[in-house]
Amino acid sequence: MQATNILILILGLGCFAFYLGRGRSLALAKPLGGIRHIHSLPSYYGAHVALWCALPSLLLLGLWMIFDDPLINSIVLKSLATGGMVIDASSESLLLNKITNLADGVLPRKGEEPALVVAADLMLKLQEISRWSLTALMMTLTLMGFGWSWSRISSTFRARPQVEKVMEKLLLSCACVAIFTTLGIVLSVLFESIQFFRSVPIDDFVFGLDWSPQTAIREDQVGSSGSFGAVPLFVGTLLISAVAMCIAVPVGLMSAIYLAEYASKSVRSVAKPALEVLAGIPTVVYGFFAALTVAPFLRDLGASFGLTVSSESALAAGGVMGVMIIPFISSLADDVITAVPQSMRDGSLAMGATKSETVRNVIIPAALPGIVGGIMLAVSRAIGETMIVVMAAGMAAKLTANPLESVTTVTVQIVTLLTGDQEFDSPKTLAAFALGLMLFVVTLMLNIFALQIVKKYREQYD
Amino acid sequence: MTKPVNTPVNNLQKIRKSLSRRNRSEWLFRWYGRLAIFIGLVAVTVLFTDIVSKGHGAFRIAYLQLEVEYNRDLIGVDNLTDPEQLILGNWQAVPKQALRQQFPDVSGRSDKRKLYGLVSNGSGFDLKDRLLANPMLLGTRETVWVLADDDIDTYYKSWLDGESYAARLSDKQVKWIGELHDQGKIRLQFNSNLFTRGDSREPEQAGIRGAVMGSLFTLLLTLMLSFPIGVAAAIYLEEFAPKNGWTDFIEVNINNLAAVPSIIFGLLGLAIFINFFHVPRSVPIVGGLVLTLMTLPTIIITSRAAIKSVPPSIREAALGMGASKYQMVLHHVLPLALPGMLTGAIIGMAQALGESAPLLMIGMVAFIVDIPGGFSDPATVLPVQIFLWADSPERAFIEKTSAAIMVLLSFLIVMNTSAVWLRKRLERRW
Repeated sequence: MQATNILILILGLGCFAFYLGRGRSLALAKPLGGIRHIHSLPSYYGAHVALWCALPSLLLLGLWMIFDDPLINSIVLKSLATGGMVIDASSESLLLNKITNLADGVLPRKGEEPALVVAADLMLKLQEISRWSLTALMMTLTLMGFGWSWSRISSTFRARPQVEKVMEKLLLSCACVAIFTTLGIVLSVLFESIQFFRSVPIDDFVFGLDWSPQTAIREDQVGSSGSFGAVPLFVGTLLISAVAMCIAVPVGLMSAIYLAEYASKSVRSVAKPALEVLAGIPTVVYGFFAALTVAPFLRDLGASFGLTVSSESALAAGGVMGVMIIPFISSLADDVITAVPQSMRDGSLAMGATKSETVRNVIIPAALPGIVGGIMLAVSRAIGETMIVVMAAGMAAKLTANPLESVTTVTVQIVTLLTGDQEFDSPKTLAAFALGLMLFVVTLMLNIFALQIVKKYREQYD
Repeated sequence: MTKPVNTPVNNLQKIRKSLSRRNRSEWLFRWYGRLAIFIGLVAVTVLFTDIVSKGHGAFRIAYLQLEVEYNRDLIGVDNLTDPEQLILGNWQAVPKQALRQQFPDVSGRSDKRKLYGLVSNGSGFDLKDRLLANPMLLGTRETVWVLADDDIDTYYKSWLDGESYAARLSDKQVKWIGELHDQGKIRLQFNSNLFTRGDSREPEQAGIRGAVMGSLFTLLLTLMLSFPIGVAAAIYLEEFAPKNGWTDFIEVNINNLAAVPSIIFGLLGLAIFINFFHVPRSVPIVGGLVLTLMTLPTIIITSRAAIKSVPPSIREAALGMGASKYQMVLHHVLPLALPGMLTGAIIGMAQALGESAPLLMIGMVAFIVDIPGGFSDPATVLPVQIFLWADSPERAFIEKTSAAIMVLLSFLIVMNTSAVWLRKRLERRW
């Protein structure tokens, strides 16, 4: 049976068990004179039975799905090895793939090595065994759970606390998904990076000035040394982010100030959502806009002034990214500006300051920590932005600070290194994870720092 | 040495003098603010007009009127129920022959090839589908409208607009199109292929149906996983979590995950789901899992805000009537917080619908022609389809890309306005 079918079956049995349990408790309550005389409401008895029915077998299903394939694969490989076949680590995954395809009937069996065909048959047999034993085990578990919880139903049985205890555990495990996600990110990025740093020294990576991640397919290939100096990528990322910030910070901040301090209610109610539309547009749309409209426009504009502007200039990608970040900064700044207490404004205005003087000398200094925090969050967003730069920035790593030239970024390189089919343990693909690690660490530090500032600021005026 | 005396009159003069400067800077500051908002609004307008002006043409496409003959010998098919004959049949010969009859004076190999280039490479298969739908047509003649090639389509539209773009056509082809136009045998009609077909290398055959279905399956899985998990996590953190280090740690994690670049989630999906758990690549299952992890923080944060907004008096009243804490949450807090949670879920789904960077990592950028029919069929999603088309060299794909963007944006607008509507309609102010 398919895993999804089993899942549906188990859930169905759970529902059935709920009604059986509830019915039994109702039947118990009747001679006693109504449900007032049993410990919990009937639905809790039902839920108790249903949980005992479904939970253990669902857990088993989860574990089985994790360990099923690796176990079968290792048994199949072992049988091949005992059959006299030499398997080294590099050909292992290739071989397994072939066997799986043979077993699934994707590859024709005719003309294949007999050992592989035998292995494919073994795999099919093992899969069959696994499927049936899983079904049988789950059925027994379900029945046992049902029988046990059914037998416990009595008028004094404390069903509600039991059910609630299980519910709390379930809720807690849902909350822990966030922790597991972080853990998963850290582990996946870290492990591959460590592997990468085994073949490329870490200081070559962090301080190297040359990035050309081609690795040799043959031993004697020309120009295939593959150098992994990430400095040009960092510089390119910073350049594009700086261009973006040059647009987003003044525009975002000024529009937030205007909307919070000057604009009438009707202007605010139109302009604020209109600006927020920019935040809802997918980044791939911005990328398309940058690559097909802004970049050619800037190139032609530069040409008419006698400047050579690359058609993948950092200016185009950064400018469009800046537009994307405007609503992000303006809404964060709007929040912190409106959080400044009215009494401070009134005090400044009463001393004869004009509105703009109040904003510059009183409100901005008071809101500064919050604004700085917001800008840092925006920087972390600009650094991690992917689609705009993939579509509008260059591929070649050039070490330059000229925004009219084309540069590449960390995210662009991650995407180019990882799209397409590559062997997973080559330095080329592992380099993407090392870049990911850098990206994660930098954005994490920016975020933690910024969130701390914003939080402290909030406490100041709360 | 004389020191200026600070008499009240002197001070007043100073203030008077500075007043015009101060008023000017006030005026300037105000205009900076207006300028900033103006820039933002201009950006929105330019973006939308650019996309619409590029993409509106894609909803209509050029068709040629041809007198085709479903000749048995020409196609090499005499029995429409024999699958082998259908596969081996020379379907493209039908439009080719019709074109030769339309322009009898064309001779020479290269001229003929140019002539055949007027119709889409897939037009023979369109005629095959037509024939299979009406088997009676075999051996007869009829007049049909056949899909034109993408270069012809681009040229014809630009020519109708008055600025013809003939860079990819020969003079002869331009002349033929002029003749066809004079005879009324070329026209633009609604491009239904755009909404009914999957991806294709031929721009005129390509459609967004596959990508839309892929997006649908991916989002469905994302919603099914992230909404229950997110709401459960929010309930736990707001109502049950003890104030201790572990809870703080969970909170820090959630806040940070909300700000982690989306591409990192792609790396996570590649390393954990694909390489460790061996989930197949390019399928909505793995896309949905990655997007679930990505949208979870958003949903948790908005759900917590919704739970927080339920006044404590409701909780106290429920507890006072003898409800257990779970009954209080399930029967009273949750129903009241649900509109806010749903709003958060819609916003999270809108975010997930527009996301493409993590999906590039897990192989959802593959070229997939078939329309996915389930969670485990290889698929791509709408934003990734836009990315793929934007990368294609054919000029006709620019139009298609803009049209796909218009479809994506209209989905997003519908989702976001429904979120706003839901909030206005259902959310209660206490």
